[in-house]
Amino acid sequence: MENSLVLLLLLTPFVGFLFNVFFGKSVGKTISGTIGTIAVAVSFVMSVYFFMQLDQTGKPISVKLFDWIQIGKLKIDFGILLDQLSLLWLLFVTGIGSLIHLYSISYMHEDDNMHKFFAYLNLFIFFMITLVVGSNLLVMFIGWEGVGLCSYLLIGFWYKNQDYNDAAKKAFIMNRIGDLGFLIGIFILATMCGSLEFTAMKTHFLSIYMNTPQNVFLTSLAALCLFIGATGKSAQLPLYTWLPDAMAGPTPVSALIHAATMVTAGIFMITRMNFLFDLTPDVQNIIAIVGAITALVAASIGLLQNDIKKVLAYSTVSQLGLMFLALGLGAYNVAVFHVITHAFFKACLFLGSGSVIHALHGEQDMRKMGGLRKVMPITFATMLISTLAIAGIFPFAGFWSKDEILMVAFEHNKPLWIVGSIASIMTAFYMFRLMYLTFFRDFRGTEEQKHHLHESPSLITLPLIILAGLATVGGLINLPKPLGNGWLNHFLEPILLTKHKEESIFEGNAMMLMAIALTGAIVGIAWAYSKYIKQGFVPKQDSEITGFSKTIYNKYYVDEVYTSLIVKPINALSNFFRTTLEPALGNVVYGFGSIANGLGNQGKKLHTGSIGLYLFAFVIGVLAIVSYLFLAQ
Amino acid sequence: MNVSLILFILLIGAVATFLSGDKFASKVALLFSLAALVCTSILVNQFLNGANVSLNNPWILQPNVSFALNADGLGLAMVLLTASLTPIIIFSGFGTHFNNSKNFYALVSFMAFAMTGTFLASDGLLYYIFWELALIPIYFIALIWGNGDADERKKAVVKFFIYTLGGSLFMLIAFAYLYTKAGSFLLEDLYKLNLTATEQTWIFFAFFLAYAIKIPIIPFHTWQAKVYQKAPAIGTMLLSGIMLKMGLYSVIRWQLPIAPLAAKTYMPILIGLSIAGVIYGSIVALRQKDLKKLLAYSSLAHVGLIAAGCYTLTADGLSGAVSQMIAHGFVIVGLFFAAEVIYRRFSTYQIDGLGGIRSQATKFTSMFMILVLASVALPGTFNFVGEFTVLYSLSQVNIWFAVLGGTTIILGAYYMLKMFQNVMLGETNTRTFADVTLNESIIFVVIIAFLLFYGLYPKPIVDLVNPSIVEILKTINR
Repeated sequence: MENSLVLLLLLTPFVGFLFNVFFGKSVGKTISGTIGTIAVAVSFVMSVYFFMQLDQTGKPISVKLFDWIQIGKLKIDFGILLDQLSLLWLLFVTGIGSLIHLYSISYMHEDDNMHKFFAYLNLFIFFMITLVVGSNLLVMFIGWEGVGLCSYLLIGFWYKNQDYNDAAKKAFIMNRIGDLGFLIGIFILATMCGSLEFTAMKTHFLSIYMNTPQNVFLTSLAALCLFIGATGKSAQLPLYTWLPDAMAGPTPVSALIHAATMVTAGIFMITRMNFLFDLTPDVQNIIAIVGAITALVAASIGLLQNDIKKVLAYSTVSQLGLMFLALGLGAYNVAVFHVITHAFFKACLFLGSGSVIHALHGEQDMRKMGGLRKVMPITFATMLISTLAIAGIFPFAGFWSKDEILMVAFEHNKPLWIVGSIASIMTAFYMFRLMYLTFFRDFRGTEEQKHHLHESPSLITLPLIILAGLATVGGLINLPKPLGNGWLNHFLEPILLTKHKEESIFEGNAMMLMAIALTGAIVGIAWAYSKYIKQGFVPKQDSEITGFSKTIYNKYYVDEVYTSLIVKPINALSNFFRTTLEPALGNVVYGFGSIANGLGNQGKKLHTGSIGLYLFAFVIGVLAIVSYLFLAQ
Repeated sequence: MNVSLILFILLIGAVATFLSGDKFASKVALLFSLAALVCTSILVNQFLNGANVSLNNPWILQPNVSFALNADGLGLAMVLLTASLTPIIIFSGFGTHFNNSKNFYALVSFMAFAMTGTFLASDGLLYYIFWELALIPIYFIALIWGNGDADERKKAVVKFFIYTLGGSLFMLIAFAYLYTKAGSFLLEDLYKLNLTATEQTWIFFAFFLAYAIKIPIIPFHTWQAKVYQKAPAIGTMLLSGIMLKMGLYSVIRWQLPIAPLAAKTYMPILIGLSIAGVIYGSIVALRQKDLKKLLAYSSLAHVGLIAAGCYTLTADGLSGAVSQMIAHGFVIVGLFFAAEVIYRRFSTYQIDGLGGIRSQATKFTSMFMILVLASVALPGTFNFVGEFTVLYSLSQVNIWFAVLGGTTIILGAYYMLKMFQNVMLGETNTRTFADVTLNESIIFVVIIAFLLFYGLYPKPIVDLVNPSIVEILKTINR
């Protein structure tokens, strides 16, 4: 019974995928989209069911589906583990996934290949579920690579545009750089623990390793390798540059994959392996520093972007950086809290931007927007709520989760706290810059566009409203005392080693830090207000941007640096090999040939008829021998 | 019943095909290759049930040569690979017209016969004869039915022939030397020899020349790309899908166990060279302008990794190498067939002239995409199982081997996705591209089904192969 329910949870989206691949075109767009949405909704219902069950019994469910790979003594099953962590992820992946599927029915309705879109989206959900429910690292890796594939397929969904295809390819390859790290980490862990099952590895590190620490260096190396894997998937320095380009995909994809779910896989993985990272403080430091720097760098780039989706993309990179900061400080529960609230408000923001883009027939440049709040009130209101949430304004969801990250940083490492706080002020600024440029003052587009402006249909606004609601109250799941009882912290306790402290906002610096964070956010907002509302500033044309602004606007030229340091040399090497080395190696062989020819003085005879004759005789001879053999038997 | 029956069916098949006439040649060849597949499956089944399906008959008394066929799990797995790919490869020709098709298909069948023999023979001289016999049909297939300029083709094919023949001669010399020591060519007798380290080194490298050219391992690969490019699709599939596995198989069966001391001494160098091939092949593949040549270099990279797995001398490495041989055999046949499907419609392999196919051919695009993904070892495909196992075994020898060999997952994705983008995506091509026919899609579906099934459930193949790997390792570590 339980097994089949688990299978239902896992396989329904896959069935949806198959349905849309084979019948999606013929059944028509609405049915195709509806089936795709229902497939995910079923998984959501199952997730809720298992979640309630776990909440009551407290006992994780583990199911072994079949033997997968066996290498010597290393046995890798296709096993499923439904515990606190995986169920939490399942809830928001399938929940937000259902909403975004619903949204896409309307959003993608104009597209001829809508059934394909839903097929890929369903496939993505399937792999994402696999990623989070896997009971060992290699099943997780199936999902890990699978979601990467779907990301590739969906970024390049409009495949006629080679720029989009480039973006898709870039995403896949940069992810694979991380994946190599992940694999090496898996190899080391498999050798050390003799198993890749999470429970077995945990036992190994908690009992055997803790008593007699061996291979300390290898342990750290394994943790570092896993983190490299996480930097690829979760777009951290130095592998973050694919995520902004990934905005080439349709907006629901940006919301689902490149904001709410897939990019949090790195955080999931590190939280899953928390018993390993707790043993490697050096790697934890690296994670915290990389996270903080990523948060700052991405936020600073976000300050000057004019493409509405690019702003959100850099904002995502920056927020993910904050989550890694928390992970590096050992505050896994805090990182998870921010993952969840971020999923709510960032999905809402992306979907809202999609609604705007939809109304403007594909326009993404905020310089050509403005004044939309009157024509698109629902989109405006929901986006405003989410913007308040991401900016960290009391009492919206982001306030609580971000505040906890900063609080942990303050306790452990003041410089990182400062970096995180600056990034947060920047966030408040660029998010309100986005809101002001898009929704306030006058419309700056063409008359034609102005004429067609409209609020989006209810299939689009409904998910927005739900997500905005969640962005408002999402903080409730983990309110500090005495406002709440930190439900999430308690819920995650069984899977984390470090017991979290019972915090109260009236203890220590908590109140002061909250006040500082809130003030910071308000400063950021006021800064944006004075520039874009009071002064009515509109960002300049690309050619007019100069000085340091230009460097930031061009994303510190990181892409250009990567191109000239890595891509171009490899291609130059490839050309050199192809045009010079290969023929040279080939000629060496001919060299031997001509020496032999010269010696034997046989010259060209060898190259002409005689070979055929020789072969013919050989064939006949062997045939005779073999037939003789069979006759003689 | 024993494995000589498979050889018998294939040989009769070749003769029957030749006699059947041009009109029915392809069908007759297909029929016999399917019969061989059925026979192989039955024999594998019997073998798994504990039956002895090997054979050892005296053949020539002076010198002492036996007609010995050893059917252990490893040999049977390779035979099964040959027996499954041959009908696929023959069937792939159904959409193409060949002049003198009876000769053509007879040669194809004969090649399957010779390759099967190579995988089964456990007498050195018999093995050598099969090994060389396999070269002859592919020589004619590439020379007569190949494409491109005739003179250039001849140059490439003759070079290939002489080069591989030359390499094999060293193997023959090694066998002659071993015979003087053992008084027999039988594998079991050769395993028992107590050769000095120096002798082993000589023998080892004599074998190495033959195998390094056949596999190929850099820098002995220079024949490969041109021949793959010039040969007709069927020839390229036979070469890349099955024939180069002869070299890899022989490393495991002959080279390592006969000269284990030398193998252990030179292990790091050989792994290094193999991995260099992985990186070199991948980088050269990046900028190829010809689709078939690109696939040839991708093949160079993949077999480099397989060779590295073989030279780890560990159970994991050998077992992963065998899995990867089978996985690569299937995927590369599929990929070359995709190239052929394109060639049938656009008459070119030049990547520059392609692009914009996806919007016209949905089915073809999907199947090609899946093959590309299998080729870059996406988890869930059998290729992942092989690649993962090999890389894991390399990591146990030295973690840096795994890191360097692992670059294949990055570089492989780079050149394959770049190729796919330039060949398939972009604005709709001005020329019309008809989607795959039923016959064409059958080939893709069979290959894909195989790769996905064993990707999720590799146990049957691994269980078939592993016991014999363990035996061979015992011999290596004797």
